[in-house]
Amino acid sequence: MEAGVQAPVARSPRESFRAGLRAGVPFGVVAIVLSLSFGVLARDAGLSALGAIVMSAIVFAGSAQFAAVAIVASGGGAVPAVLAAALMNSRFLPMGVALAPSLPGGWLRRFAQGQTVVDSSWAMAARDGGRFDRHYLFGATAPQYSGWVLGTVAGAVGGDLLGNTDALGLDAVYPAFFLALLIAEMRDRRTRGVALAGA
Amino acid sequence: MAPAGGGGVVSTELWVIVLGCAIVTALIKGFGPVAIGGRELPAWSAGVIVLMAPALLAALVVTSALADGRHVEVGPQTAGVAVAGIVLARGGSVLMGVLLAVAVTAALRALG
Repeated sequence: MEAGVQAPVARSPRESFRAGLRAGVPFGVVAIVLSLSFGVLARDAGLSALGAIVMSAIVFAGSAQFAAVAIVASGGGAVPAVLAAALMNSRFLPMGVALAPSLPGGWLRRFAQGQTVVDSSWAMAARDGGRFDRHYLFGATAPQYSGWVLGTVAGAVGGDLLGNTDALGLDAVYPAFFLALLIAEMRDRRTRGVALAGA
Repeated sequence: MAPAGGGGVVSTELWVIVLGCAIVTALIKGFGPVAIGGRELPAWSAGVIVLMAPALLAALVVTSALADGRHVEVGPQTAGVAVAGIVLARGGSVLMGVLLAVAVTAALRALG
């Protein structure tokens, strides 16, 4: 897979989108695994299968969804659940600010393009000089969105058949993928220092 | 809130949560692109932005491999990710690293 900010910049938007698509496929597989768990947890928390699927389709933010469902499961109401989701998503604020100069169009188009930001795509689409390859970003996010919704459908509808996914060690997939991206990024002392501070 | 117990009963409050999460997520993700517009950020910010990705990734690795709710927990998953890190740092492929992380995690849980 291609990983890290030094991924080669494609010449045309289409090539760039395809490169992002290829880079995003492994993360799409990871998204299926994670959203399977989300679908199961959401059903256990009291959401219907339709509710869980709609949530994944229109929220598309894993940590926020897990946080909201955890609060619902513990008996919390709508306000704390939505606030928890907002807190989990707060990291997207600086990410969106950084991405902004690389997005064209009016406010509505820019708003829509901003919705494609997810952690791995954003990190992989970053280029030298603080710019972002937006077509690469869109391509990398596409398989992750598909995987996230598909996995939720499977977990919400057929989750009972899966048993305990933790026993299979699948929860190690997500941090291992991020670690792979991180190692690709740590190319000099300054980057390593910042990564250490982030940890 | 009374859980529906998987019976397909969805309360109004659950839908409020789903829609509320969707709205706040969209607003947060869209804020930067709309508020900044197409304006170029100051030159000094480029250096900061370049460093944001490793900082974010490091934070995600640590929170997903070591955090259990609000607690730090070192367990089978941590060991699996550590083994993956060694393999990846030595030039192993991403697929190999991830498969090793899964295998080590599952094996340790089976033994534990």
